[in-house]
Amino acid sequence: MTTATVSVPRSTTAETVHTRPPFRWGTFGNGLVIALIIVWCFLPFYWMVVLAFRENAYTYDTTPWFTHTTLGNFRYAFNTAFNQFGRSLVNSLIIGTVVTVVAMVVGVFAGYAMARLSFRGKGLVLAAILGASMFPGVAILTPIFQLFTNFGWLGTYQALIIPQISFSLPLAVYTLTSFFADMPWELEQAARVDGATPGQAFRLVIFPLAAPALFTTAILVFLASWNEYLLSSVLSVGKASVAPSTVAIANFTAGPHIVPYTQTMAAGLVVTIPLVIVVLLFQRRIVSGLTAGGVKG
Amino acid sequence: MTVARPTADTAELAGAPQPAPAKRKKIRTGEGRLAVTLVAPTVILLALVVGYPIIKGIYQSFQSEPGLDPTTGFFSNTTHWIGLTNYKHWLLQQCATPGGGTTKCPTGTLGSQFWSSMWVTIFFTVVTVTIETVIGMCFALVMHRAFKGRGLVRAAILVPWAIPTAVTSKLWIVIFDPQGVLNKTLGTQTAWTSSQWPARLAVIIADVWKTTPFIALLILAGLQGISADLYESARVDGANAWQRFTRITLPLVKPALAVAVIFRTLDVLRMYDLPWILTGGSNGTTTISILVVKQLNVGLNSASALSTITFIVIFAIALGMVRLFNANIVGAQAKGAK
Repeated sequence: MTTATVSVPRSTTAETVHTRPPFRWGTFGNGLVIALIIVWCFLPFYWMVVLAFRENAYTYDTTPWFTHTTLGNFRYAFNTAFNQFGRSLVNSLIIGTVVTVVAMVVGVFAGYAMARLSFRGKGLVLAAILGASMFPGVAILTPIFQLFTNFGWLGTYQALIIPQISFSLPLAVYTLTSFFADMPWELEQAARVDGATPGQAFRLVIFPLAAPALFTTAILVFLASWNEYLLSSVLSVGKASVAPSTVAIANFTAGPHIVPYTQTMAAGLVVTIPLVIVVLLFQRRIVSGLTAGGVKG
Repeated sequence: MTVARPTADTAELAGAPQPAPAKRKKIRTGEGRLAVTLVAPTVILLALVVGYPIIKGIYQSFQSEPGLDPTTGFFSNTTHWIGLTNYKHWLLQQCATPGGGTTKCPTGTLGSQFWSSMWVTIFFTVVTVTIETVIGMCFALVMHRAFKGRGLVRAAILVPWAIPTAVTSKLWIVIFDPQGVLNKTLGTQTAWTSSQWPARLAVIIADVWKTTPFIALLILAGLQGISADLYESARVDGANAWQRFTRITLPLVKPALAVAVIFRTLDVLRMYDLPWILTGGSNGTTTISILVVKQLNVGLNSASALSTITFIVIFAIALGMVRLFNANIVGAQAKGAK
C-alpha cells in the first residue's frame, strides 16, 4: 500500500543527508523554530485535553498539567438531559458517510476523465468545478433554505446531506484529478503487452495503485463534511435529532449556574480524537492529497 | 543573475510520445463520448446543488417579501417584481417606511450593518491572510531545512487543521475567558470577547492559529519542488542568502504561494463559524456570512440579495487576485491533468 504514495520530490534530502555539518547557530535557530511550530500546533489542543479531564470547580485553575482529574466531564457530555451529544455523533457519521460515498462514486469517474481523457470543453468543466468549490456557502444557503422550507425538508437528513455535495464533490474531483494525473498509467499498457486481459490489468495493476489515492480523497471529503458548520447549523433548524456534532458542540449547554467549559472540552475532545488519530496515522498521504492540487505551477 | 525556470515544455518533452495524427482523431471522438459520460453525473449534480440555487437566488432577490403589503395594508403571500429595491436596501441603506417610501435604515437594524460587516470581513481577510502568509513562509523555510523531526512537525501541523472550527472556537472561548488562562498568564484583565478591538483580535488570533500551519504546508510543498542545484550554483556565483531567497525561492514558490493565498482569501471572506461561535457576531465582528444568516429569519428575498452581493464580491476578488498573481490555477490543473 505504502509504495504508491504520491510523494513530493525529495531531491534536497538526497543532496545533503550524508554531510554532517558542525554546530552552527543557524542550525540551532532552526531547531528552536521547529520546537516553536510544534508548541504552536499542540499547545491550545493540549489545554483542551487538560481541561477535559479537570473537575468543573477547577475550570479557572491555570496549573499547566493534569490536576483534579475526573472522567465526569465525559459522562456529563453524553448525559441526554442537557445535550443530544451522542446522537449528534451518530448524525455526523451518517451525514459524513453518505456525503463521502456520493462524492467518491460520482467524482471518481469525472476525476478519471479529467486526468486521462482529452475532450473539448475540458478547461471549462474544470473551471466550473473549481468555481463551484470556491462558492461561499452563504451564496447557496438562502435559496436552499427557501427551497427546503417549501419541501418541508428543514431538519431532515436530506436537507443536511444534499447541500454538502456542493463542496464535497468538487473537492473529490479536484483531488482525484491531481492524483490520477500523477499515476504511472504506462504500467497498464505494460501489463496488457505482457498478456493481461483489460480486467486483469485493472484489478492487478491499476486498482492497487489507485487505492491509496481513493482512500486519501475519501478521508479529505469525510473530514470536510465532519467539520462543516454553517449549512448544518441553519438547515437543522435546532432539531437535535438530526444535527451533527459541530452544531451540538456550538450549542452545548448545561444546567443553570454552571459554566460548562470542562464538559464542552470533553465533548470537543470526543469529536476531535478520531480525527487526530486518522490524521496522525495517514499524515503523509493527507499532506500529499492537500498539496496535490496546489503545487502544479 | 538569471535563473532558468523549469517550463512545462521540458516536462512535455519527457512525457509519452504523441500518437500518430491519423490514429489520434479516431481515438479523440471515442474518448470524447466516454469523457462526456464520465463527467456528466458530476456536472448535473453540481448544476442541481450549486447552479440552480444560485440562479433561483438571483431571481428571488428581485422579488418583494411575502407579508404585509405596505401599499394595501393586507397580508399577501405572493411576491412581485420590485427591481433593485432589495439591493438598494443593502448597498444604499434604504429601508422601507410604512407609507411606501424609503428612509435611511436606523442603526441597529440588519440593513444598517451591511457596510460595517463588509469592512470587517475585508479587514479580517487582509490582516489574517497577511499574517498567515508571512509566518507560514517562515515556518515552511525552516521545515524545508530541517531533517530531524520533519515527520513530527508535519503531523503536528495537521492537528489545528483537522480539529473542527466549531470545536476550536469553543476552545478559544475558554482560553479568552476574562478569568481564563490567557489573561492569567499575561496578567491582564482584558474582556476579550466583549469589547470591539479585543474581540476582533481574538478572532484574528484564533484564525491565524488554525490556518498558518496549513499555509506553511502548502508553501513547503512548493519549496520541495525547487531543485537544490539552483541554490548550489547561485552560491558558487556568490549570491548571499537574501539574494537566494528573493531571486530563487520567491519566484519559484510563487505558484504554490498564489494558490495558498487565493484559497485562504476566499475562505476568510466567507468566514462564519469562528466569529459566530466566539462572539456571536457582537462587538463589531459580524461578517457578511453572519449577516446573511441573521437576515434569513427576517426576509428571505432580501437575504437572497445579500447572498448575491456576497457572491459577486467574492467572485470579483477571486478574479482580481488570479489576475494579480497571474496565477493560472485552471491552466495548472489542466496541464497537470494532461
